[in-house]
Amino acid sequence: MSSGIEAQVLQPYKYGFVTDIESETVPPGLSEDVIRLISQKKGEPSWMLDWRLKAYRNWLKMPEPHWANVQYGPIDYQAISYYAAPKQRPKLDSLEQVDPKLLETFEKLGIPIEERKRLAGVAVDAVFDSVSVATTFREELKKHGVIFCAISEAIREYPELVQQYLGSVVPYNDNFFAALNSAVFTDGSFVYVPKGVRCPLELSTYFRINAESTGQFERTLIIADAGSYVSYLEGCSAPVRDQNQLHAAVVELVALDHASIKYSTIQNWYPGDEEGRGGIYNFVTKRGACRGRSSKISWTQVETGSAITWKYPGCILQGDDSIGEFYSVAVTNHRQQADTGTKMIHMGKNTRSTIVSKGISAGRGQNTYRGLVKILKGAEQARNYSQCDSMLIGDQCGAHTFPYIDVRNSTAIMEHEASTSKIGEDQIFYAKQRGLSPEDAVSMIVNGFCKEVFKELPMEFAVEAQRLLGISLEGSVG
Amino acid sequence: MTENVLLQVQDLHATVEGREVLRGVDLTVRAGEVHAIMGPNGSGKSTLAQVLAGHPAYTVTAGRVLYEGKDLFGMPPEERAREGVFLAFQYPVAIRGITNAYFLRSAVNAIRKHRGQEELGPVEFMDALEAKLEVIGWDSSYLTRPVNDGFSGGEKKRNEILQLAVLDPKLAILDETDSGLDIDALKTVAQTVDKLRRPDNATILVTHYYRILTHIAPDVVHVLAGGRIVKSGGKELALELEEKGYDWLREEATVA
Repeated sequence: MSSGIEAQVLQPYKYGFVTDIESETVPPGLSEDVIRLISQKKGEPSWMLDWRLKAYRNWLKMPEPHWANVQYGPIDYQAISYYAAPKQRPKLDSLEQVDPKLLETFEKLGIPIEERKRLAGVAVDAVFDSVSVATTFREELKKHGVIFCAISEAIREYPELVQQYLGSVVPYNDNFFAALNSAVFTDGSFVYVPKGVRCPLELSTYFRINAESTGQFERTLIIADAGSYVSYLEGCSAPVRDQNQLHAAVVELVALDHASIKYSTIQNWYPGDEEGRGGIYNFVTKRGACRGRSSKISWTQVETGSAITWKYPGCILQGDDSIGEFYSVAVTNHRQQADTGTKMIHMGKNTRSTIVSKGISAGRGQNTYRGLVKILKGAEQARNYSQCDSMLIGDQCGAHTFPYIDVRNSTAIMEHEASTSKIGEDQIFYAKQRGLSPEDAVSMIVNGFCKEVFKELPMEFAVEAQRLLGISLEGSVG
Repeated sequence: MTENVLLQVQDLHATVEGREVLRGVDLTVRAGEVHAIMGPNGSGKSTLAQVLAGHPAYTVTAGRVLYEGKDLFGMPPEERAREGVFLAFQYPVAIRGITNAYFLRSAVNAIRKHRGQEELGPVEFMDALEAKLEVIGWDSSYLTRPVNDGFSGGEKKRNEILQLAVLDPKLAILDETDSGLDIDALKTVAQTVDKLRRPDNATILVTHYYRILTHIAPDVVHVLAGGRIVKSGGKELALELEEKGYDWLREEATVA
């Protein structure tokens, strides 16, 4: 075929190295004893253990969901190790004591956590396997009353806050993977922004899976009290492994009156190789509750990694005049599969939601948008705007769109736009005729396609997202 | 005589979807010259332009093309562009979400990099661009619009000429750039092209109409029919075609 759009050499995954560090790993398998052991290692109070066990007992009765448009073999939950931590864990308030190998790891990933090299204007919580190894700028944040720490620390230090909000958006029995997470979660970030405070820094958590045959089950809880604002970003990566690894996270956001949370994700877990060997199963439950009047939650995600992605960051718009947003770019190349979208549940009056989804499929990738917009009876004058665009590169990939709309109030205004385009040979030729390399041509066209989403990302990360997109699609066009 | 030959097309044959469209084209273009290629619909004019630029839909089946003495077909399209071959497209495509300015700067920098020159930053580039914009009678609002997205037919053609002016190629191939332009736009476009004429560059104008040639005087006029150049002459040939059409040439070609 004369077509220039043909796969060639895959650019190797750039974050696939393994850190050689002695780690303490709980033997594979899941039981009440393992959960007790995790809870004990974390020095948790009994209410936390009880909650975990309640979740576990529910999980045992739940079937693994298979309604998503993805295919994979059975997961052996007894073959996974549920806890792995680098030995000699340092005290959190003394970064100097962090194992240099860990510092080096995050440095290599472009996430410097050493004092003198910190990212300007960004506070970072670094999570390595099952534990948080460092959180930067804590003192600075404390001055503003902002709490930013590992969730395991929050359970010990701020039990009232955690007890009040944990599970209040994603209950322990919400779904199969959320229940599993509730039983075994090991670390993650906790954020509390007090009334009227505009968080002075971007908060960021970087998740790194390192150990083999482990799962990562992090839990993040962000509470924005009345009139506050916070922007939070998570990034992630994992070594190249032949085995699939499970990542089942839960993120809960709570925005009270007039509060606003901006949550951005750059997901770059190991996607597996060209033939679909290895890669992360990314089964994630993310949900935000706009509890207060005029509150706002905005999700932005750039999903380039993982063998399988299953996630639907949503907003429950309880407060009147509250706003939910979802901006997404999902890329599937080679044998990657993604089934992702959002849920916007309108409960309050004059609630508004915006959905902009960009799916890019290359190689044999399968990309599904699945979204629910639900307008409940009491949601007078609710509005939704949805836009789902798909781009196909090559002729062996697939794009699928499943928008569910459930309207129970006749004053609602709904708009839905969808488009599918094939990256044009003519577009690429046009750019090449102006001197651009094929890679730059594709990258430019794809970046243009994603622009509406990228402009929602914090500045520092928009550049990273564009670069990542280039890497993910490298080799997809000849 | 041969030292200033920029482009030499020898017995070029090309197919598209298995159909032979070029059947032995010979053409020599020297630096400093403007050549007009005219001919009826379907005679292979646009194919010739696309083949020279390297469009993947066309397959070269025989013949060769030397550009500055080098094998043109040995270079991928982007390298031809960086070496100074520019095609003004008959149907320029749109690129959503990418501004004209960004696209142009990327192109300029790709070429500069190829030449071992330093790449231009956004500010320096904008300064250089302002002057070029004036030439084609545009304000800078066109630079922040996405490439050809929502442009009218005439605006797209003008945008091609803006790119031509900015990239300043050695060999410019204009594929029916004059089609779909009103008289004023045509004049602006033609004058721009005329201003860019230098002893060290050359232009091939692919056109249906005599009109544009009243603004840019060609050195040579060729008539392409049935995939071959059937007649070449001075600019008076264009006038003759304007008056008599192409049919007489077909007869002449058949008799010959």
